[in-house]
Amino acid sequence: MSEQKPEKPRKHRADVRGLSRRSFLTTAGTAGVIAALDGRDLMAQSPSADPPPVDDRVGTEPVTLRVNGKEHRLRIDPRTTLLDCLRETMALTGTKKGCDHGQCGACTVHVNGRRVNSCLSLALMHDGEEITTIEGLGTPDALHPMQAAFVEHDGYQCGYCTSGQIMSAVALLKEPCGPDDTAVKELMSGNICRCGAYPNIVAAIQHVRRTA
Amino acid sequence: MHMFEFIRPADAATAVATAAQAKTAQQGADIRYVAGGTTLIDLMKLNVETPARLIDINRLPLNTIEVTPDGGLKIGATVRNADLASHPVVQRDYAVLSQALLAGASAQLRNMATTAGNVLQRTRCMYFRDTAMPCNKREPGTGCPAITGNNRRLAILGTSEYCIATHPSDMCVAMAALEATIHVQGPRGSRAVPFGKFHLLPGNTPQRETVLEPGDLITHITLPKPVGRSKQAYLKLRDRASYEFALASAAVVITIAGGNVTRARIALGGVGTKPWRSHEAEAALVGRLANPANFRKAAEAALRDAKPQSENAFKIELAKRCLAHALQMAIRA
Repeated sequence: MSEQKPEKPRKHRADVRGLSRRSFLTTAGTAGVIAALDGRDLMAQSPSADPPPVDDRVGTEPVTLRVNGKEHRLRIDPRTTLLDCLRETMALTGTKKGCDHGQCGACTVHVNGRRVNSCLSLALMHDGEEITTIEGLGTPDALHPMQAAFVEHDGYQCGYCTSGQIMSAVALLKEPCGPDDTAVKELMSGNICRCGAYPNIVAAIQHVRRTA
Repeated sequence: MHMFEFIRPADAATAVATAAQAKTAQQGADIRYVAGGTTLIDLMKLNVETPARLIDINRLPLNTIEVTPDGGLKIGATVRNADLASHPVVQRDYAVLSQALLAGASAQLRNMATTAGNVLQRTRCMYFRDTAMPCNKREPGTGCPAITGNNRRLAILGTSEYCIATHPSDMCVAMAALEATIHVQGPRGSRAVPFGKFHLLPGNTPQRETVLEPGDLITHITLPKPVGRSKQAYLKLRDRASYEFALASAAVVITIAGGNVTRARIALGGVGTKPWRSHEAEAALVGRLANPANFRKAAEAALRDAKPQSENAFKIELAKRCLAHALQMAIRA
Protein backbone atom coordinates (compact mmCIF):
# COMPACT_ATOMS: atom_id res chain seq x y z
CA MET A 1 0.00 0.00 0.00
CA SER A 2 2.83 2.36 0.91
CA GLU A 3 4.42 2.15 -2.55
CA GLN A 4 1.13 3.06 -4.21
CA LYS A 5 1.43 6.46 -5.84
CA PRO A 6 -1.15 9.17 -5.27
CA GLU A 7 -3.58 9.16 -8.14
CA LYS A 8 -3.60 12.04 -10.53
CA PRO A 9 -6.89 13.88 -10.26
CA ARG A 10 -8.95 12.76 -13.26
CA LYS A 11 -11.55 14.82 -15.02
CA HIS A 12 -13.01 12.07 -17.15
CA ARG A 13 -12.73 8.39 -17.95
CA ALA A 14 -9.99 7.56 -20.43
CA ASP A 15 -11.54 4.17 -21.29
CA VAL A 16 -12.99 4.43 -24.81
CA ARG A 17 -13.43 0.74 -25.58
CA GLY A 18 -16.76 0.27 -23.87
CA LEU A 19 -17.91 3.81 -24.50
CA SER A 20 -21.04 4.30 -22.39
CA ARG A 21 -23.46 7.21 -22.72
CA ARG A 22 -21.97 8.66 -19.56
CA SER A 23 -18.33 8.37 -20.62
CA PHE A 24 -19.16 9.68 -24.10
CA LEU A 25 -20.84 12.75 -22.65
CA THR A 26 -18.04 13.54 -20.20
CA THR A 27 -15.37 12.98 -22.88
CA ALA A 28 -17.21 15.04 -25.47
CA GLY A 29 -17.86 17.73 -22.86
CA THR A 30 -14.19 17.99 -21.92
CA ALA A 31 -13.18 18.05 -25.59
CA GLY A 32 -15.59 20.91 -26.10
CA VAL A 33 -14.04 22.89 -23.27
CA ILE A 34 -10.53 22.29 -24.62
CA ALA A 35 -11.64 23.40 -28.08
CA ALA A 36 -13.12 26.57 -26.63
CA LEU A 37 -9.97 27.34 -24.66
CA ASP A 38 -7.81 26.76 -27.76
CA GLY A 39 -9.98 29.14 -29.74
CA ARG A 40 -9.65 31.83 -27.08
CA ASP A 41 -5.88 31.39 -27.04
CA LEU A 42 -5.70 31.78 -30.81
CA MET A 43 -7.85 34.90 -30.78
CA ALA A 44 -5.69 36.45 -28.06
CA GLN A 45 -2.59 35.48 -30.10
CA SER A 46 -0.90 34.26 -26.94
CA PRO A 47 2.79 33.25 -27.08
CA SER A 48 3.29 29.66 -28.17
CA ALA A 49 5.67 28.80 -25.31
CA ASP A 50 4.46 25.99 -23.08
CA PRO A 51 3.05 27.14 -19.73
CA PRO A 52 5.31 26.45 -16.74
CA PRO A 53 4.65 23.09 -15.09
CA VAL A 54 2.04 23.27 -12.36
CA ASP A 55 2.99 21.87 -8.97
CA ASP A 56 -0.20 20.11 -7.94
CA ARG A 57 1.07 19.85 -4.35
CA VAL A 58 0.62 23.58 -3.79
CA GLY A 59 -2.61 24.20 -1.93
CA THR A 60 -3.53 20.51 -1.80
CA GLU A 61 -3.71 18.00 1.05
CA PRO A 62 -3.22 14.24 0.99
CA VAL A 63 -6.18 12.02 1.77
CA THR A 64 -6.84 8.30 1.54
CA LEU A 65 -10.38 7.17 0.83
CA ARG A 66 -11.59 3.60 0.52
CA VAL A 67 -14.29 3.85 -2.10
CA ASN A 68 -16.30 0.78 -3.05
CA GLY A 69 -13.60 -1.45 -1.59
CA LYS A 70 -10.69 0.19 -3.42
CA GLU A 71 -8.14 2.43 -1.75
CA HIS A 72 -7.53 5.82 -3.36
CA ARG A 73 -4.61 7.99 -2.30
CA LEU A 74 -5.29 11.51 -3.52
CA ARG A 75 -4.15 15.09 -3.16
CA ILE A 76 -7.06 17.50 -3.09
CA ASP A 77 -7.93 21.12 -2.45
CA PRO A 78 -9.11 21.21 1.20
CA ARG A 79 -12.37 22.79 0.06
CA THR A 80 -13.32 19.70 -1.93
CA THR A 81 -16.53 18.17 -0.65
CA LEU A 82 -16.85 14.42 -0.55
CA LEU A 83 -19.38 14.77 -3.37
CA ASP A 84 -17.04 16.74 -5.64
CA CYS A 85 -14.17 14.41 -4.80
CA LEU A 86 -16.21 11.39 -5.91
CA ARG A 87 -17.57 13.04 -9.05
CA GLU A 88 -14.77 15.30 -10.26
CA THR A 89 -11.59 13.70 -8.91
CA MET A 90 -12.56 10.03 -9.07
CA ALA A 91 -15.05 10.24 -11.96
CA LEU A 92 -17.71 8.35 -9.99
CA THR A 93 -20.59 10.34 -11.43
CA GLY A 94 -23.35 8.01 -10.23
CA THR A 95 -23.67 10.18 -7.13
CA LYS A 96 -25.59 13.30 -8.14
CA LYS A 97 -25.31 16.95 -7.19
CA GLY A 98 -28.77 18.44 -6.69
CA CYS A 99 -29.01 21.39 -4.31
CA ASP A 100 -25.42 21.13 -2.95
CA HIS A 101 -26.79 22.32 0.45
CA GLY A 102 -28.09 19.17 2.13
CA GLN A 103 -31.70 19.80 1.19
CA CYS A 104 -32.40 17.22 -1.56
CA GLY A 105 -30.54 13.97 -0.81
CA ALA A 106 -29.35 13.35 -4.40
CA CYS A 107 -25.77 13.14 -3.12
CA THR A 108 -26.47 10.42 -0.53
CA VAL A 109 -23.61 7.92 -0.07
CA HIS A 110 -22.61 5.58 2.75
CA VAL A 111 -19.69 6.42 5.04
CA ASN A 112 -18.71 3.45 7.20
CA GLY A 113 -22.09 1.94 6.35
CA ARG A 114 -24.20 4.97 7.29
CA ARG A 115 -25.97 7.27 4.83
CA VAL A 116 -24.84 10.88 4.69
CA ASN A 117 -25.19 13.92 2.42
CA SER A 118 -21.82 13.96 0.65
CA CYS A 119 -22.28 17.61 -0.35
CA LEU A 120 -22.06 18.84 3.27
CA SER A 121 -18.91 16.96 4.14
CA LEU A 122 -15.31 17.73 3.24
CA ALA A 123 -13.42 14.82 1.70
CA LEU A 124 -10.54 15.50 4.11
CA MET A 125 -12.87 14.69 7.02
CA HIS A 126 -13.11 11.11 5.74
CA ASP A 127 -9.43 10.13 5.63
CA GLY A 128 -9.23 6.34 5.93
CA GLU A 129 -12.99 5.86 5.95
CA GLU A 130 -15.04 3.41 3.93
CA ILE A 131 -17.22 5.07 1.29
CA THR A 132 -19.87 3.25 -0.72
CA THR A 133 -21.48 4.85 -3.76
CA ILE A 134 -24.14 3.59 -6.14
CA GLU A 135 -21.32 2.19 -8.31
CA GLY A 136 -20.33 -0.10 -5.42
CA LEU A 137 -23.82 -1.43 -4.74
CA GLY A 138 -24.41 -3.75 -7.66
CA THR A 139 -23.47 -4.31 -11.30
CA PRO A 140 -25.66 -4.27 -14.42
CA ASP A 141 -25.52 -8.09 -14.39
CA ALA A 142 -26.05 -8.45 -10.65
CA LEU A 143 -28.23 -5.66 -9.33
CA HIS A 144 -28.52 -5.05 -5.61
CA PRO A 145 -32.02 -6.21 -4.53
CA MET A 146 -32.96 -2.55 -3.96
CA GLN A 147 -31.87 -1.59 -7.47
CA ALA A 148 -33.88 -4.48 -8.88
CA ALA A 149 -36.91 -3.45 -6.81
CA PHE A 150 -36.71 0.15 -8.08
CA VAL A 151 -36.75 -1.23 -11.65
CA GLU A 152 -39.60 -3.61 -10.90
CA HIS A 153 -41.73 -0.98 -9.12
CA ASP A 154 -40.85 1.86 -11.50
CA GLY A 155 -39.44 3.94 -8.65
CA TYR A 156 -38.30 6.84 -10.82
CA GLN A 157 -39.03 8.97 -13.85
CA CYS A 158 -36.11 11.22 -14.80
CA GLY A 159 -33.72 9.23 -12.63
CA TYR A 160 -31.71 12.13 -11.26
CA CYS A 161 -32.58 11.50 -7.60
CA THR A 162 -32.53 7.71 -8.02
CA SER A 163 -29.00 6.89 -6.91
CA GLY A 164 -29.52 8.97 -3.76
CA GLN A 165 -32.91 7.32 -3.18
CA ILE A 166 -31.42 3.85 -3.53
CA MET A 167 -28.43 4.61 -1.27
CA SER A 168 -30.84 5.97 1.33
CA ALA A 169 -33.17 2.99 0.97
CA VAL A 170 -30.35 0.46 1.37
CA ALA A 171 -29.15 2.21 4.54
CA LEU A 172 -32.71 2.31 5.86
CA LEU A 173 -32.80 -1.51 5.86
CA LYS A 174 -30.36 -1.48 8.80
CA GLU A 175 -31.95 1.43 10.71
CA PRO A 176 -34.75 1.32 13.29
CA CYS A 177 -37.88 1.69 11.15
CA GLY A 178 -41.48 0.77 11.84
CA PRO A 179 -43.18 -1.75 9.53
CA ASP A 180 -45.69 0.56 7.82
CA ASP A 181 -45.42 2.90 4.83
CA THR A 182 -45.63 5.97 7.10
CA ALA A 183 -42.41 5.00 8.83
CA VAL A 184 -40.66 4.48 5.49
CA LYS A 185 -41.87 7.85 4.20
CA GLU A 186 -40.59 9.57 7.33
CA LEU A 187 -37.15 7.98 7.04
CA MET A 188 -36.99 8.74 3.30
CA SER A 189 -38.01 12.40 3.69
CA GLY A 190 -34.43 13.55 3.15
CA ASN A 191 -34.61 12.42 -0.48
CA ILE A 192 -36.64 14.72 -2.69
CA CYS A 193 -38.07 13.43 -6.00
CA ARG A 194 -39.13 16.25 -8.29
CA CYS A 195 -41.02 13.80 -10.54
CA GLY A 196 -43.06 12.60 -7.58
CA ALA A 197 -42.27 8.90 -7.81
CA TYR A 198 -42.74 8.57 -4.06
CA PRO A 199 -45.49 5.89 -4.01
CA ASN A 200 -43.42 3.59 -6.21
CA ILE A 201 -40.25 4.28 -4.23
CA VAL A 202 -42.03 3.30 -1.01
CA ALA A 203 -43.42 0.19 -2.73
CA ALA A 204 -39.92 -0.81 -3.88
CA ILE A 205 -38.48 -0.38 -0.39
CA GLN A 206 -41.33 -2.29 1.25
CA HIS A 207 -40.90 -5.09 -1.29
CA VAL A 208 -37.25 -5.48 -0.31
CA ARG A 209 -38.04 -5.26 3.42
CA ARG A 210 -40.68 -7.97 3.10
CA THR A 211 -38.53 -10.32 1.03
CA ALA A 212 -35.19 -9.73 2.78
CA MET B 1 -15.73 28.95 -0.73
CA HIS B 2 -12.72 30.77 0.69
CA MET B 3 -9.46 28.86 1.12
CA PHE B 4 -8.66 27.55 4.59
CA GLU B 5 -6.04 25.53 6.40
CA PHE B 6 -7.34 22.13 7.52
CA ILE B 7 -6.06 21.06 10.94
CA ARG B 8 -6.36 17.65 12.61
CA PRO B 9 -5.42 18.19 16.26
CA ALA B 10 -3.91 15.32 18.26
CA ASP B 11 -5.99 16.10 21.35
CA ALA B 12 -8.50 18.54 22.79
CA ALA B 13 -5.81 20.67 24.46
CA THR B 14 -4.08 21.23 21.12
CA ALA B 15 -7.41 22.05 19.49
CA VAL B 16 -8.22 24.61 22.19
CA ALA B 17 -4.74 26.19 22.06
CA THR B 18 -5.02 26.56 18.28
CA ALA B 19 -8.54 27.96 18.34
CA ALA B 20 -7.63 30.36 21.14
CA GLN B 21 -5.75 32.42 18.53
CA ALA B 22 -9.07 33.38 16.92
CA LYS B 23 -10.27 36.96 17.15
CA THR B 24 -13.78 35.82 17.99
CA ALA B 25 -15.70 32.60 18.47
CA GLN B 26 -18.87 34.26 17.16
CA GLN B 27 -20.13 35.23 13.68
CA GLY B 28 -17.27 35.55 11.19
CA ALA B 29 -14.77 33.62 13.34
CA ASP B 30 -11.42 33.21 11.59
CA ILE B 31 -10.93 29.79 13.21
CA ARG B 32 -13.75 27.24 13.45
CA TYR B 33 -14.12 23.76 14.84
CA VAL B 34 -15.83 21.39 12.42
CA ALA B 35 -17.62 18.17 13.42
CA GLY B 36 -20.63 17.10 11.34
CA GLY B 37 -20.28 20.09 9.05
CA THR B 38 -23.99 20.24 8.26
CA THR B 39 -24.29 23.90 9.27
CA LEU B 40 -20.74 25.15 8.81
CA ILE B 41 -19.95 23.71 5.35
CA ASP B 42 -23.34 24.97 4.15
CA LEU B 43 -22.58 28.50 5.38
CA MET B 44 -19.02 28.37 4.01
CA LYS B 45 -20.42 27.59 0.56
CA LEU B 46 -22.59 30.70 0.92
CA ASN B 47 -19.59 32.76 2.12
CA VAL B 48 -21.54 33.56 5.29
CA GLU B 49 -18.73 31.86 7.20
CA THR B 50 -15.17 32.33 5.91
CA PRO B 51 -12.77 30.75 8.42
CA ALA B 52 -9.08 30.79 7.53
CA ARG B 53 -8.53 27.69 9.66
CA LEU B 54 -10.76 24.65 10.23
CA ILE B 55 -10.05 22.37 13.17
CA ASP B 56 -11.48 18.88 12.63
CA ILE B 57 -12.59 17.52 16.02
CA ASN B 58 -14.09 14.30 14.65
CA ARG B 59 -11.10 12.18 15.73
CA LEU B 60 -11.08 13.48 19.32
CA PRO B 61 -12.53 11.07 21.92
CA LEU B 62 -15.75 13.05 22.41
CA ASN B 63 -18.26 10.59 20.98
CA THR B 64 -19.49 8.53 23.93
CA ILE B 65 -22.73 8.45 25.94
CA GLU B 66 -22.34 7.45 29.59
CA VAL B 67 -24.55 7.35 32.66
CA THR B 68 -22.93 9.61 35.28
CA PRO B 69 -22.31 8.57 38.94
CA ASP B 70 -25.22 10.78 40.06
CA GLY B 71 -27.61 9.03 37.69
CA GLY B 72 -27.57 11.65 34.94
CA LEU B 73 -26.32 11.27 31.37
CA LYS B 74 -23.09 12.54 29.81
CA ILE B 75 -23.29 13.07 26.05
CA GLY B 76 -20.07 13.66 24.12
CA ALA B 77 -19.82 16.66 21.81
CA THR B 78 -19.48 14.60 18.63
CA VAL B 79 -22.19 12.03 19.39
CA ARG B 80 -24.31 12.01 16.24
CA ASN B 81 -27.94 13.05 16.50
CA ALA B 82 -29.07 9.63 15.18
CA ASP B 83 -27.08 7.77 17.85
CA LEU B 84 -28.35 10.00 20.64
CA ALA B 85 -31.97 9.62 19.49
CA SER B 86 -31.78 5.83 19.45
CA HIS B 87 -29.78 5.39 22.69
CA PRO B 88 -31.83 3.15 25.03
CA VAL B 89 -31.34 5.40 28.10
CA VAL B 90 -32.42 8.46 26.12
CA GLN B 91 -35.48 6.64 24.78
CA ARG B 92 -36.44 5.42 28.25
CA ASP B 93 -35.63 8.38 30.54
CA TYR B 94 -35.40 11.40 28.23
CA ALA B 95 -38.05 10.58 25.63
CA VAL B 96 -38.62 14.26 24.85
CA LEU B 97 -35.02 14.49 23.64
CA SER B 98 -35.28 11.44 21.41
CA GLN B 99 -38.55 12.74 19.94
CA ALA B 100 -37.09 16.20 19.31
CA LEU B 101 -34.01 14.79 17.59
CA LEU B 102 -36.11 12.55 15.34
CA ALA B 103 -38.34 15.51 14.44
CA GLY B 104 -35.32 17.38 13.11
CA ALA B 105 -33.65 17.26 9.67
CA SER B 106 -33.41 13.99 7.72
CA ALA B 107 -31.95 10.57 8.45
CA GLN B 108 -28.80 11.48 6.49
CA LEU B 109 -28.30 14.76 8.36
CA ARG B 110 -28.95 13.09 11.73
CA ASN B 111 -26.13 10.63 10.90
CA MET B 112 -23.78 13.60 10.44
CA ALA B 113 -24.95 16.34 12.82
CA THR B 114 -23.47 16.27 16.31
CA THR B 115 -24.69 17.19 19.78
CA ALA B 116 -22.43 20.23 20.16
CA GLY B 117 -22.97 21.26 16.55
CA ASN B 118 -26.72 21.22 17.06
CA VAL B 119 -26.34 23.57 20.03
CA LEU B 120 -24.38 25.91 17.73
CA GLN B 121 -26.79 25.55 14.81
CA ARG B 122 -27.35 28.85 12.99
CA THR B 123 -30.56 30.56 12.03
CA ARG B 124 -32.30 29.81 8.74
CA CYS B 125 -33.26 33.50 8.28
CA MET B 126 -32.92 34.04 4.52
CA TYR B 127 -31.31 37.45 4.97
CA PHE B 128 -28.60 36.00 7.19
CA ARG B 129 -27.87 33.35 4.56
CA ASP B 130 -27.70 35.81 1.64
CA THR B 131 -24.53 37.93 1.55
CA ALA B 132 -26.16 40.28 -0.98
CA MET B 133 -28.54 41.45 1.76
CA PRO B 134 -27.91 43.54 4.87
CA CYS B 135 -28.00 41.64 8.16
CA ASN B 136 -27.07 42.83 11.64
CA LYS B 137 -26.15 39.29 12.69
CA ARG B 138 -23.80 38.72 9.74
CA GLU B 139 -22.55 42.30 9.34
CA PRO B 140 -23.28 44.36 12.45
CA GLY B 141 -24.71 47.79 11.71
CA THR B 142 -26.07 47.03 8.24
CA GLY B 143 -29.70 46.73 9.37
CA CYS B 144 -32.39 44.04 9.51
CA PRO B 145 -34.39 43.73 6.27
CA ALA B 146 -36.42 40.89 7.81
CA ILE B 147 -38.34 43.30 10.03
CA THR B 148 -39.92 44.94 6.98
CA GLY B 149 -39.47 41.94 4.70
CA ASN B 150 -40.13 38.21 4.60
CA ASN B 151 -40.54 37.26 8.25
CA ARG B 152 -43.22 34.56 8.23
CA ARG B 153 -40.89 31.98 9.77
CA LEU B 154 -39.05 34.34 12.09
CA ALA B 155 -39.26 34.86 15.83
CA ILE B 156 -41.96 36.39 18.03
CA LEU B 157 -40.20 35.97 21.38
CA GLY B 158 -36.86 37.49 22.41
CA THR B 159 -36.58 39.73 19.35
CA SER B 160 -35.03 43.18 19.23
CA GLU B 161 -35.13 46.04 16.74
CA TYR B 162 -31.81 44.68 15.44
CA CYS B 163 -32.67 41.02 14.86
CA ILE B 164 -35.68 38.70 14.75
CA ALA B 165 -33.90 35.52 13.61
CA THR B 166 -35.32 32.24 14.91
CA HIS B 167 -33.13 29.64 16.60
CA PRO B 168 -33.84 26.59 14.40
CA SER B 169 -32.95 23.65 16.65
CA ASP B 170 -35.36 20.99 17.88
CA MET B 171 -32.80 19.23 20.09
CA CYS B 172 -32.09 22.44 22.01
CA VAL B 173 -35.76 22.87 22.91
CA ALA B 174 -35.75 19.47 24.60
CA MET B 175 -32.38 20.20 26.23
CA ALA B 176 -33.80 23.44 27.66
CA ALA B 177 -36.78 21.58 29.16
CA LEU B 178 -34.46 18.90 30.55
CA GLU B 179 -32.23 21.58 32.14
CA ALA B 180 -29.07 20.32 30.48
CA THR B 181 -25.59 21.67 31.26
CA ILE B 182 -23.04 22.51 28.58
CA HIS B 183 -19.43 21.71 29.45
CA VAL B 184 -16.79 23.88 27.82
CA GLN B 185 -13.00 23.45 27.72
CA GLY B 186 -11.29 26.79 27.16
CA PRO B 187 -7.79 28.24 27.19
CA ARG B 188 -8.18 29.04 30.91
CA GLY B 189 -9.71 25.74 31.99
CA SER B 190 -13.09 24.04 31.95
CA ARG B 191 -16.45 25.39 32.97
CA ALA B 192 -20.09 24.33 33.06
CA VAL B 193 -22.79 26.56 31.60
CA PRO B 194 -26.48 25.99 32.39
CA PHE B 195 -28.38 25.51 29.13
CA GLY B 196 -30.55 28.57 29.71
CA LYS B 197 -27.48 30.80 30.06
CA PHE B 198 -25.61 29.51 26.99
CA HIS B 199 -27.51 31.25 24.18
CA LEU B 200 -27.79 35.04 24.19
CA LEU B 201 -30.70 37.24 23.19
CA PRO B 202 -29.88 39.34 20.11
CA GLY B 203 -30.30 42.75 21.77
CA ASN B 204 -28.07 45.20 19.91
CA THR B 205 -25.34 42.56 19.34
CA PRO B 206 -27.08 39.80 17.32
CA GLN B 207 -23.69 38.67 16.01
CA ARG B 208 -23.05 37.31 19.53
CA GLU B 209 -25.17 34.17 19.83
CA THR B 210 -23.54 32.29 22.71
CA VAL B 211 -21.20 32.81 25.67
CA LEU B 212 -18.35 31.07 23.80
CA GLU B 213 -14.97 32.85 23.62
CA PRO B 214 -11.99 32.09 21.33
CA GLY B 215 -10.69 28.56 21.95
CA ASP B 216 -13.77 27.39 23.83
CA LEU B 217 -14.61 23.81 22.86
CA ILE B 218 -17.86 22.16 23.91
CA THR B 219 -16.66 18.76 25.15
CA HIS B 220 -19.96 17.31 26.37
CA ILE B 221 -23.45 17.99 27.63
CA THR B 222 -24.90 16.51 30.79
CA LEU B 223 -28.52 15.85 31.61
CA PRO B 224 -29.62 15.72 35.26
CA LYS B 225 -30.92 12.50 36.77
CA PRO B 226 -34.34 11.82 35.26
CA VAL B 227 -37.29 13.00 37.33
CA GLY B 228 -39.25 9.97 38.52
CA ARG B 229 -42.58 9.39 36.77
CA SER B 230 -42.24 12.52 34.67
CA LYS B 231 -44.33 12.64 31.53
CA GLN B 232 -42.69 13.98 28.42
CA ALA B 233 -43.61 15.02 24.89
CA TYR B 234 -42.24 16.96 21.96
CA LEU B 235 -44.64 18.36 19.37
CA LYS B 236 -43.45 20.10 16.22
CA LEU B 237 -45.71 21.99 13.80
CA ARG B 238 -44.38 22.87 10.34
CA ASP B 239 -45.31 23.49 6.72
CA ARG B 240 -44.44 19.92 5.68
CA ALA B 241 -45.00 16.65 7.54
CA SER B 242 -41.26 15.96 7.66
CA TYR B 243 -37.85 17.44 6.88
CA GLU B 244 -38.78 21.03 7.69
CA PHE B 245 -38.00 23.55 10.39
CA ALA B 246 -40.59 24.28 13.06
CA LEU B 247 -43.10 27.09 12.83
CA ALA B 248 -43.81 26.26 16.45
CA SER B 249 -42.75 23.41 18.69
CA ALA B 250 -43.05 22.54 22.36
CA ALA B 251 -41.06 20.34 24.72
CA VAL B 252 -42.89 19.30 27.87
CA VAL B 253 -41.64 17.50 30.99
CA ILE B 254 -44.30 17.39 33.70
CA THR B 255 -45.01 15.44 36.85
CA ILE B 256 -48.57 14.91 38.05
CA ALA B 257 -49.73 13.71 41.47
CA GLY B 258 -53.37 13.33 42.43
CA GLY B 259 -54.47 15.06 39.24
CA ASN B 260 -52.36 18.15 40.00
CA VAL B 261 -49.21 19.26 38.23
CA THR B 262 -46.40 19.14 40.81
CA ARG B 263 -43.51 20.00 38.52
CA ALA B 264 -43.30 21.41 34.98
CA ARG B 265 -40.48 22.21 32.58
CA ILE B 266 -41.60 23.83 29.34
CA ALA B 267 -39.66 25.07 26.32
CA LEU B 268 -40.76 26.33 22.92
CA GLY B 269 -39.07 26.14 19.51
CA GLY B 270 -39.58 27.91 16.19
CA VAL B 271 -40.80 31.06 17.90
CA GLY B 272 -37.80 32.35 19.87
CA THR B 273 -34.46 33.95 19.07
CA LYS B 274 -33.00 31.26 21.32
CA PRO B 275 -34.33 27.92 22.61
CA TRP B 276 -37.23 29.34 24.63
CA ARG B 277 -37.67 28.11 28.18
CA SER B 278 -41.03 29.35 29.49
CA HIS B 279 -40.92 29.86 33.24
CA GLU B 280 -44.26 31.66 32.82
CA ALA B 281 -45.98 28.53 31.53
CA GLU B 282 -44.38 26.43 34.27
CA ALA B 283 -45.63 28.79 36.99
CA ALA B 284 -49.11 28.72 35.48
CA LEU B 285 -49.18 24.91 35.59
CA VAL B 286 -47.70 23.97 38.96
CA GLY B 287 -50.25 23.38 41.72
CA ARG B 288 -53.18 23.29 39.33
CA LEU B 289 -55.26 20.48 37.87
CA ALA B 290 -53.81 18.89 34.74
CA ASN B 291 -56.72 19.68 32.43
CA PRO B 292 -57.22 21.36 29.03
CA ALA B 293 -58.41 24.67 30.53
CA ASN B 294 -55.28 25.02 32.64
CA PHE B 295 -53.08 23.92 29.73
CA ARG B 296 -54.59 26.73 27.67
CA LYS B 297 -53.90 29.20 30.49
CA ALA B 298 -50.27 28.06 30.59
CA ALA B 299 -50.03 28.54 26.83
CA GLU B 300 -51.49 32.06 27.16
CA ALA B 301 -48.84 32.81 29.80
CA ALA B 302 -46.04 31.49 27.59
CA LEU B 303 -46.96 33.78 24.70
CA ARG B 304 -47.98 36.85 26.75
CA ASP B 305 -44.90 38.82 25.67
CA ALA B 306 -44.98 37.68 22.04
CA LYS B 307 -44.34 40.43 19.52
CA PRO B 308 -45.57 39.58 16.01
CA GLN B 309 -43.96 40.84 12.81
CA SER B 310 -45.85 41.71 9.61
CA GLU B 311 -46.19 38.09 8.42
CA ASN B 312 -46.05 35.91 11.52
CA ALA B 313 -48.86 36.93 13.88
CA PHE B 314 -50.35 33.49 13.19
CA LYS B 315 -47.50 31.97 15.17
CA ILE B 316 -48.88 33.30 18.46
CA GLU B 317 -52.04 31.21 18.29
CA LEU B 318 -50.16 28.32 16.64
CA ALA B 319 -47.62 28.20 19.48
CA LYS B 320 -50.38 28.34 22.10
CA ARG B 321 -52.22 25.42 20.54
CA CYS B 322 -48.91 23.58 20.08
CA LEU B 323 -48.06 23.84 23.78
CA ALA B 324 -51.58 22.99 24.97
CA HIS B 325 -51.64 19.95 22.68
CA ALA B 326 -48.13 18.85 23.73
CA LEU B 327 -49.30 18.92 27.36
CA GLN B 328 -52.25 16.72 26.43
CA MET B 329 -49.90 14.35 24.61
CA ALA B 330 -47.62 14.22 27.65
CA ILE B 331 -50.31 13.27 30.16
CA ARG B 332 -51.43 10.48 27.83
CA ALA B 333 -47.83 9.29 27.35
